[in-house]
Amino acid sequence: MSWLLRAGATGLLGSILYPVYKFVIPPLTGEANLSQLKLPFKSSELREDKASSRIFKFGRELGIIVITPQNEVKAFSALCTHLDCTVQYRKDLETIWCACHNGQYDLEGRNISGPPPRPLEQYDVHISAETDEIFVSKKT
Amino acid sequence: MSKRRILVLHLAFLVFTAIPPVVYADMCFECHSGWEDESGSPSASYESDVHFRAGLGCADCHGGNPELDDMDDVRRGRGYKGIPRPREIPGFCATCHNDPGYMIKHNPALPTDQLDKYKTSVHGKRLLEEGDEKAANCVSCHSVHNIERPQIPASTVYPLNLPEVCAGCHSDPEYMAGYGIPASQFDDYAESVHGHALLVEKDLGAPACNDCHGNHGATPPGVTSISAVCGLCHALISDEFAVSPHKAAFDEMGYPECEGCHSNHLVLEPELYWIGTSDSSLCVDCHSADDGTEGLAKAEKIHEIVLKLKKSYETAEAKVDESELKGMMVTDERFILKEITQAMIRTRTVIHSLDFEKVSEAAGEGLEKADQAYRAATTKVEEYYFRRKGLGIATLIITILVIALYLRIRSIDKSHPLR
Amino acid sequence: MSRKRTEENSIWGRTYGWIDRRLKIETMVGYMSHKVVPWHGQSIWYFFGGMTLFFFLVQVITGILLLLYYRPGAESAYESVRFIVSEVSFGWLIRSMHSWSANLMILFAFIHMFSVYFTHAYRRPRELTWISGIALLALAMAFGFSGYLLPWNELSFFATRVGTGMAGSIPVVGDFLLKLMRGGENVTGATIGRFFGMHVAVLPGIFTVFLALHLLFIQRQGMSEPPEWETGPGTVRRYMPFFPNFLLRELLVWLIMLNILAVLAVFFPDGIGPVHWPLGQKADPFAPPPLAIRPEWYFMFAFQTLKFLPAHVLFIEGELFGIAVLSLGGLVWLFIPFWLSRRPHSKIKGPAKILGWIVLAFVVSMTVLGYILE
Repeated sequence: MSWLLRAGATGLLGSILYPVYKFVIPPLTGEANLSQLKLPFKSSELREDKASSRIFKFGRELGIIVITPQNEVKAFSALCTHLDCTVQYRKDLETIWCACHNGQYDLEGRNISGPPPRPLEQYDVHISAETDEIFVSKKT
Repeated sequence: MSKRRILVLHLAFLVFTAIPPVVYADMCFECHSGWEDESGSPSASYESDVHFRAGLGCADCHGGNPELDDMDDVRRGRGYKGIPRPREIPGFCATCHNDPGYMIKHNPALPTDQLDKYKTSVHGKRLLEEGDEKAANCVSCHSVHNIERPQIPASTVYPLNLPEVCAGCHSDPEYMAGYGIPASQFDDYAESVHGHALLVEKDLGAPACNDCHGNHGATPPGVTSISAVCGLCHALISDEFAVSPHKAAFDEMGYPECEGCHSNHLVLEPELYWIGTSDSSLCVDCHSADDGTEGLAKAEKIHEIVLKLKKSYETAEAKVDESELKGMMVTDERFILKEITQAMIRTRTVIHSLDFEKVSEAAGEGLEKADQAYRAATTKVEEYYFRRKGLGIATLIITILVIALYLRIRSIDKSHPLR
Repeated sequence: MSRKRTEENSIWGRTYGWIDRRLKIETMVGYMSHKVVPWHGQSIWYFFGGMTLFFFLVQVITGILLLLYYRPGAESAYESVRFIVSEVSFGWLIRSMHSWSANLMILFAFIHMFSVYFTHAYRRPRELTWISGIALLALAMAFGFSGYLLPWNELSFFATRVGTGMAGSIPVVGDFLLKLMRGGENVTGATIGRFFGMHVAVLPGIFTVFLALHLLFIQRQGMSEPPEWETGPGTVRRYMPFFPNFLLRELLVWLIMLNILAVLAVFFPDGIGPVHWPLGQKADPFAPPPLAIRPEWYFMFAFQTLKFLPAHVLFIEGELFGIAVLSLGGLVWLFIPFWLSRRPHSKIKGPAKILGWIVLAFVVSMTVLGYILE
């Protein structure tokens, strides 16, 4: 009977330690999505981008980052305030544009034409001078 | 002069200068406030009128001397206009509204071309050229004495209120009899995606009657201008259509562009069967298998890939729902589903180009996402079964241990008995 | 100790010997081996204290594990809990076990308390064991209250607002208490900081001290014997050796508890019925409160009592009156061993039993009513 006890105890230890071990190993995604996000591309890459803008995933939403004609870097929520379509930057018009119903926002995020009822939420952008990484955070 | 007299004069002077001068009263207002005729007291509703707030009195529009208290004197007096007849109303309002020099003093932002536009409208032509007093004039839409700016929700021409105002005449079959147009526009519109968005969802971005027909220049957009009107909002679709083979063909045959497939007032949510080769498809209305175009073949290909995208989305969604029902967190998967919806919108847009390459590229993006969502949700469902399996194994181990322990206790109870 | 000698040369034997030469555990083992547990018809109640202890140990372990990923603060608390349950492997299990075990710990503490009361185990000289036990229960409830807010979701936010608001209605010190708990006028990120500090540092510290005292009392005094054994000369008194007979039984019960915990955590990760903790939406201080805000079940009897009271009792505000009466009742309950130990057991037995049933019936019926009448 002793071996049964020992085998059982070992099994129990295993079935406790296995989940604990797996829990302690940090998941691939690193840490919880907080209000600040490091973008997966650097500011130099963004500047080389033909469209002068990129869409990025911010938590469970989409954001858009734009290099303005004045060479400023600005970031907004990419969800059109009309019907949640994804907006895009129109370099030719210097506006952020929603293709769904032709809604337009200026580069302050203000709704200037078309159906959108509200401005786009603007995010804070910080660019690290050392590493050239871009950090986006919700305004508080 | 005695000292006393001087004092009295002084006092009298003080008293007289202290009394205010006779206040100027708008006598029109005074008398008409008391009236209770069937149209209601005009001055009561006028108190909430934008013109009243701008400081305009009755006489500023109707003429006459507002200082006189006898009505007959007023009627005989300077520039008295009285109540204008319907055909006189546009000119009556235009006295001020057509005068930039006057309007700039009150509302510089307001255009002064309303009468000119009105003259070009169907309403204007009927009223001013043909003398048809049933045709709408300014007050038919703007109301008479409680006019408000269109941006104000209380205004009769505020987007949410406007369709009802138009329907006041246009949905009345008796009233519209003899004009040769149906009276079903409002009902059709209310059932359409646009009407639903505006009237039910209260989406002010959705078009009301005037957004397509114009305000003062109200007229049906013609065959040639309809795509420009729709393209105001559906810009990308309009661009895609412009490069499609349909553009030239429709122009040649004099077909109204968007309306040809989507109707005018009764614009419905597009259905997949509209495109394709089935009997209910819209393509077969014009195309046939032997019409010498590749139309139907392409329609079938587009139908298939869009159907595939739709099916993939539904499969992925069902899987996500399943794993959510099993208590798993699916926020990320829902996010991907939303991305597929975006891809579906893009696909629907490029269908108007009739370029199969474009359609399959847009649909391909969606298909890829659908696959991604499906795989992620499947992993979650598997995780659910993994949890149960893991629990089963752990329970088995614990049960074995419990039994072993129980046997051990029994043997120990023998070797270490109760005292 | 022949067993020890035979195993002298095994690795365990040598390790044991090495430690024993330094710590003198042989004397402790000797003490343990003499410890006995009275064995009679009511002996089953002796297990409930140990079961409560087991759930506490689960709390400590799962709590420490959750600390690896939890990040307090209005901007990060909800996100980090979401991260734990959706991204970290077995995070759902650890969180769910922590929640289940918390509720079971309080449930078993209640059962333990009433069993001690009805078996008269609080009698002289065990008054301090009773008081330390009540303190542990109060601390466990404070654990529950402070831990409830930490996920910073809708449910926890509004429950905390109501709970702290009640403290605020106490005269004179209420306003101070409210600000002290909330870290300001309102429930905000500052409140999370305070509740988190309480939950992982202050309360565990105090709890450990009281737990050590509680266990020390039990070790020094032994298990309480039935009162009849003291009076009846003819009764048969039987004792079971604590080591190994009782300890192994305790272990067996713990194993079964562990298995029940695992089953609950897997099948009902978000709790069940009125005892539930779905993560839901992040707390939004400006959103309207959900329709039914209710406290956790172990506060329900107090909550429901306050709800039943009229707006004014005599000249005092109803809620205030309720809080005062409940606090007074708690105080009486806390010191009841002193009062009940003053007279011979045979005389006090009947009234004590009736009082116990009244208290139990009150707590149970108020709790049940709280859920029925909502």
